[in-house]
Amino acid sequence: MKEITYAQAISEAIDEEMQRDDHVFMLGEDIGIKGGNFGQTQGLYEKYGVWRIQDTPISENSFVGVALGAALTGLRPIVEIMYSDFLVIAGDQIFNQIAKIRYMSGGQAKVPLTLCTTIGMGRSTAAQHSQSLQAIVSHIPGLKVVMPSTAVEAKGLLKTAIRDDNPVIFFEHRMEFNQKYQVPEEEVLIPFGKANIVKEGNDITVVGIARQVINTLRVSEKLAQEGIDIEVIDLRTIVPMDKNTIINSVKKTGKLLIVDEGYERCGVAAEIGMDLIKDVFFDLDLPIERISSQNVPVPFSPILEEEVMPTEEKIYNRIKRMMEGQKENNG
Amino acid sequence: MKKEKKPKDQNNLSKEFLAKLFKDMLKIRYFENKVVELYSNGTMPGLAHLYIGEEAVAVGVCSALREHDFVASTHRGHGHVIAQGADLNKMMAEILGKKTGYCKGKGGSMHIIDMKKGLLGANGIVAAGIPIATGAGYSAKYQKTDQVSVAFFGDAASNHGNFHESINMAAAWKLPVIYVCENNLYGISVDIRKVTNTENIADRACAYGIPGKIVDGNDVLAVYRTAQEAVKRARRGLGPTLIECKTYRWKGHHLADPGIVYRAEKERNEWLKKCPIKCFKEKLINEKMFSKEEIASFEKEIKMLIEEAADYAINSPLPEKSEAYDDVFFPTKKEEVYL
Repeated sequence: MKEITYAQAISEAIDEEMQRDDHVFMLGEDIGIKGGNFGQTQGLYEKYGVWRIQDTPISENSFVGVALGAALTGLRPIVEIMYSDFLVIAGDQIFNQIAKIRYMSGGQAKVPLTLCTTIGMGRSTAAQHSQSLQAIVSHIPGLKVVMPSTAVEAKGLLKTAIRDDNPVIFFEHRMEFNQKYQVPEEEVLIPFGKANIVKEGNDITVVGIARQVINTLRVSEKLAQEGIDIEVIDLRTIVPMDKNTIINSVKKTGKLLIVDEGYERCGVAAEIGMDLIKDVFFDLDLPIERISSQNVPVPFSPILEEEVMPTEEKIYNRIKRMMEGQKENNG
Repeated sequence: MKKEKKPKDQNNLSKEFLAKLFKDMLKIRYFENKVVELYSNGTMPGLAHLYIGEEAVAVGVCSALREHDFVASTHRGHGHVIAQGADLNKMMAEILGKKTGYCKGKGGSMHIIDMKKGLLGANGIVAAGIPIATGAGYSAKYQKTDQVSVAFFGDAASNHGNFHESINMAAAWKLPVIYVCENNLYGISVDIRKVTNTENIADRACAYGIPGKIVDGNDVLAVYRTAQEAVKRARRGLGPTLIECKTYRWKGHHLADPGIVYRAEKERNEWLKKCPIKCFKEKLINEKMFSKEEIASFEKEIKMLIEEAADYAINSPLPEKSEAYDDVFFPTKKEEVYL
């Protein structure tokens, strides 16, 4: 094991895959001399040069289209969009082109393309630099959607994404980049569609997405001292989604809470709940609950931002309330 | 590298090559006339955007390409794919929504793709093919092949961000891309002259530091020569060229649009006189390249091909309903469930 940051884990994943396959190259915003807006491409420009680490003009829709053209003609591009808020600028290429060209072509086209972008509140960057737009891309058929939690997860899932012959949208969490983690020396590859039970428990199932897994784990320690034993599942990928791991867990605990940083309305938590309900309805002690971001644009002032985002405190309180609710039900 | 049979310049064009230009234009014209017929008699579902009147652009440009070069097309895409050698049977079957079509009935007229021929797709979104062609150019340069890439688009697309963003990148990185604007004067019903202050689309090339060429889009030889020059430049690593082909769409925006209310009759009649096929045919006969009988035999030959394509398409099976769920993703491991 070695101690590296989440940002370093990402740059290691890209480095290893570029070394492994000459067809892998990267293009996007500030990935060259700057080494990525959050340090996630540190050292790669110096090592691979401009044609493999290509800084682009701020032309999101077109450089994502360039990546698609390259993917269709034999390369394996990684394309960087600085914030997920900017995905919508490249909306046509992502939603109408990349996601659909394989299907529209009757299976002729292959799109081995990974799009990396960042999500997350917590830095007071207001409504256009803080959104978690995973629900929007998950809505579109033809895209795989990956939500890593820790540095190991980011590294293993990103390497899998780059080797995948389909378009993958890879969401990095901006509050994680400088966090240090123990990462194995040997190669890490994490398959898609396999949720990870990061902590076993019997009282309640909590499905976390991206950084919310880490928040939930912290809460679990405090709850354990109070005798509440939660099971924490890292969803890892929204598309494909591993329903079975969640279903099996809920059959054991009888309770489900989903924590996601995207907006609540039409969000990923809503999708998971609706998707599972027919399988777990008769196993539930309580209604399925969710913690997401409030349905308002992300505000600037820290006090307002914290009000609308999922926090450890909110997760703790909700789990306590759910456990008390169970007592009432049983009482 | 494949040895090119094509002649080097206008003074040395072989009869074989001239016949091919003529027949390719006929293929487009007759193919689309057949599409109109199949739409009118209820055989064809949906809509199609007709290229009739603009045949010299696709044929002129694609004649300057090699088989493994790349082409990104538009919603008005039949001409480009035919000119680049697409299979007429598979095209017609796709337009009729059949299993035997290019896209197994999932794409239709607006999404005909032949990846094996480097045809990166017709496209339902205006200007969306421009960056895709640019990426294919990046790929060719990256992989050090001498392939070039062509982006076809209309006048309306030249006011889209993709046009400016892509040409800017291709110019900065000296990519082997040829940007071909088919200026047919109208974006659906909107006259380009009313929404654009530059007289020529090609004038915009200077903003990106690349050559901009204006050519009579109804003169197949002029288009061919201009494209050939741009292709040569691209293959030599000198970067992109913007070519503006002045032309006119004879029909409406699509099959259900008569295209009358927004265009003056006088204007349309002027352009009908400049029919690219008629003009080329007269030239071939006047210059005694081919006799009238030879021309008639070409016409007969192509008509037969189109009839065969229509028969093939009409007699082809429909897709199974279950096929709606195929081809969303490239096959991966079994445990991954997406639908």
